[in-house]
Amino acid sequence: MTRAITSHDLDAVPEITRLVTGERGGLPGVESEADSPPSPDELRDDQVDGPELTARLARTWGTEKGIIGALSTVDHKVIGRRFIATAIIFLFLGGLSAVVMRMQLALPENSLIGPDLYNQLFTMHGTTMMFLFGVPIGEAFAVYLVPLMVGTRNIAFPRLNAFSYYVYLFGGLMIWIAFMLNIGPDVGWFAYVPLSGPEFSPGKRADFWAQMITFTEVSGIAVAVSIITTVFKLRAPGMTLDRIPLFVWAELVNAFAIIFALPAVVTASATLMMDRLVGTHFYNPAEGGDALLFQHLFWFFGHPEVYIIFLPATGWVSAIVVTFSRRQAFGYIALVLSLIAVGFLSFGLWVHHMFTTGLPQLGASFFTASSMLIAIPNGIQIFCWIATLWDGRPVIRTPLLFIFGFFFIFVAGGLSGIMLASVPLDTQVHDTFFVVAHFHYVLIGGNVFPLMAAVYYWFPKFTGRMMSERLGRWHFGLAFIGFNATFFPMHITGLMGMPRRVYTYLPEMGWGTLNLVTSIGAALFFASFVLFLYNIVASARRGPLAGPNPWDAGTLEWAAASPPMPQNFDRIPVVTNREPLWANRSSLPVVAGLSVENREQIVPTITHGRADLRETSPEPSIWPFMAAIAATILFVGSMFTPWALVWGSVPLAVTLIGWFWPKPSTEDEK
Amino acid sequence: MRPDPRSSNILLPHRAVLNARHMPSYAYGSRSPIWWGTVGFAVAEGMGFALAVGMYFYLVFVNGNWPLSSPPPDLLWSSLFTLVLLVSIWPNQRAKRDGEHEDLVRTRRNLVIMSLIGIALLVIRVFEFGTLHVRWDQNAYGSVVWLLLGLHTLHLLTDLGDTIVLAVLMFTRHGHGKRFSDVSDNAFYWYFVIATWPPLYIILYWFPRWW
Repeated sequence: MTRAITSHDLDAVPEITRLVTGERGGLPGVESEADSPPSPDELRDDQVDGPELTARLARTWGTEKGIIGALSTVDHKVIGRRFIATAIIFLFLGGLSAVVMRMQLALPENSLIGPDLYNQLFTMHGTTMMFLFGVPIGEAFAVYLVPLMVGTRNIAFPRLNAFSYYVYLFGGLMIWIAFMLNIGPDVGWFAYVPLSGPEFSPGKRADFWAQMITFTEVSGIAVAVSIITTVFKLRAPGMTLDRIPLFVWAELVNAFAIIFALPAVVTASATLMMDRLVGTHFYNPAEGGDALLFQHLFWFFGHPEVYIIFLPATGWVSAIVVTFSRRQAFGYIALVLSLIAVGFLSFGLWVHHMFTTGLPQLGASFFTASSMLIAIPNGIQIFCWIATLWDGRPVIRTPLLFIFGFFFIFVAGGLSGIMLASVPLDTQVHDTFFVVAHFHYVLIGGNVFPLMAAVYYWFPKFTGRMMSERLGRWHFGLAFIGFNATFFPMHITGLMGMPRRVYTYLPEMGWGTLNLVTSIGAALFFASFVLFLYNIVASARRGPLAGPNPWDAGTLEWAAASPPMPQNFDRIPVVTNREPLWANRSSLPVVAGLSVENREQIVPTITHGRADLRETSPEPSIWPFMAAIAATILFVGSMFTPWALVWGSVPLAVTLIGWFWPKPSTEDEK
Repeated sequence: MRPDPRSSNILLPHRAVLNARHMPSYAYGSRSPIWWGTVGFAVAEGMGFALAVGMYFYLVFVNGNWPLSSPPPDLLWSSLFTLVLLVSIWPNQRAKRDGEHEDLVRTRRNLVIMSLIGIALLVIRVFEFGTLHVRWDQNAYGSVVWLLLGLHTLHLLTDLGDTIVLAVLMFTRHGHGKRFSDVSDNAFYWYFVIATWPPLYIILYWFPRWW
């Protein structure tokens, strides 16, 4: 009779053949430099230990001091921290523009701001929230956390990652500077033609919108490629596909969605710019073009984008629910498959944004059905999380409170979404505040509440200090009440017929009271963010020290110091369980033998996670920053003359060559 | 919950179960992270091509008559371009193979040949643009034709630049070791540039004749 397998057996380190490939680097019969033995002079981590190892690795992987060092850094944690901070600053800017709009709409016939500024404000609000906050925030967390969670030392293509951050930063600065100069875009965040075309939007306003897309999408795609490669090729040995943390799965599916969706909006905005600048006729019906084509391209990106905003949030929710339930995720496989299903289905829904454009009835029915279909995998995820909490021993702390807020708000938004999937109802409330209410329930519920949870949860890892729990509870209460007071009344104002994107309304319409409630709610909601900011600043200075694993969580980022050392881990961990730190309480199984003097990482096989190579990771370099500046000159210049594509490519080429040319100091040049 | 781990700020002790000292320092193809990066960008750019092709047929569909008021583009230069591009498969495959055999002399030769082929293709492409019989600002047909051809030219240009830089690199003291893996990945990207062309050739040059 065979002995039953115990959990202890599952956590045991498997035999060596299941952890390494043992293959040569060169092709059969080829004398390859890849297989030459390591230099005996080079210090390796099986020769030193303890604080000396930590200090030496920190020197090898560290960022140099000074401004040049700061701009040359390729440390995913430094770049990730900047990414997160920048995205949250844009969240605040987007929020401020909303507060100004709510002040204007608080009373009928208010004259605080005029229609022109109002048009710019709602465009900047939507553009900032979707392109400068919503998409980047998920990737920003991935940049910081994915390498830690998969147990490696840096992201794949760290220079590309640094370049992506600067391009994103410059794109965001460009559009906000334009807004400050009163040339901000005023055509709505989706910039429909013909309004945004050359005939109805002369001047440069719409061009700033279109070129901001180029910046952010170049950045978004490059980060997505880095994340996919990190998950595929830099996981710790033993991290098989079914041991990848759910957060990492979510970011992986998200990165794929980005790669397939973002080219559509780049195509849309690039062709819009061509129509405006060089006289093409893609969207000009008089010369064989078509205005609806723009909507198709935009929403082929735009609907997956909603899920690009939501998918990372599901990763945050999974990580937090598991840690605070004190048990492994219920339905891990179902959760992963739901993520993948959502990723696929999100590409089949775009036309439901275009129900009122006069589509064939069969098309409308198809997209109604697919819009309802996507509720199924999303529902499965919600049920798995609830089951995890139900069967666990939940510890109610601030991160979990925000997750509860997410459940309530996101499900409410999902329900109004199912209503909107029906064509007759959608036709009735299209372009009213009902739609505004729906997507704020989905987006704030589905992204911002989980984000707050994620910040409270990982703040100790980022800074080494805990955030205030007391302020956190106040923050949650204020945010939950403020949010619902702001957006719930919008359902009713929408059903009463109030259209979106109007800068004022008449008192006889009877929308005054509801709008006043909404505006007061917005003030409360904004106050919650001020409290949040205060909590961040105060806790970063004076919060209690966290230690490596304050929540007693199970994933690998908590095996690093708080904040992590430049090398993340002194030795690469070997993974035997989905929650490695719960399986290994007394000691961590690790790989030894990597270089201490050069930046070496383990490259595994994709599915089984067998260690295959020890490859070097790029050194810091100023060139990605220079290349981002060159790209900015090219992009901004091409808004004014197409010849910028020609002369602007020269500095870009020079910086790219500088980037790729090997430095004499790297290991393989010695 | 276990005892509060905050009481100690010490990391878990290590227990070495593997040694990576003698693992290879690079490899070829899908074993190498760079290869996956190349695939990732090829997928994103391939999506861009697919969408531009989608735009083309969308415009065919809404207009009915095609290519609007213009004659179809000439076949001479485009067919020559197609021919040279397909022939380049052979030296490209050699570049990939000799790179993987870490044969420096042949790799240098192959990269020079591939750079010359790229320049020749670029010259042919200039003539190709000259025989389209439509300008980008004439009508939507002209716009989408220039878009598709421009998109492919952009890929041709970037890969040519990449190949030239790599060729120069291989003539310096950096031409050894992991650079051979880069040569292999560069050849792989050239296959992407080749693969995207035949559909575009048929759509741009033959489809308007059949419609």
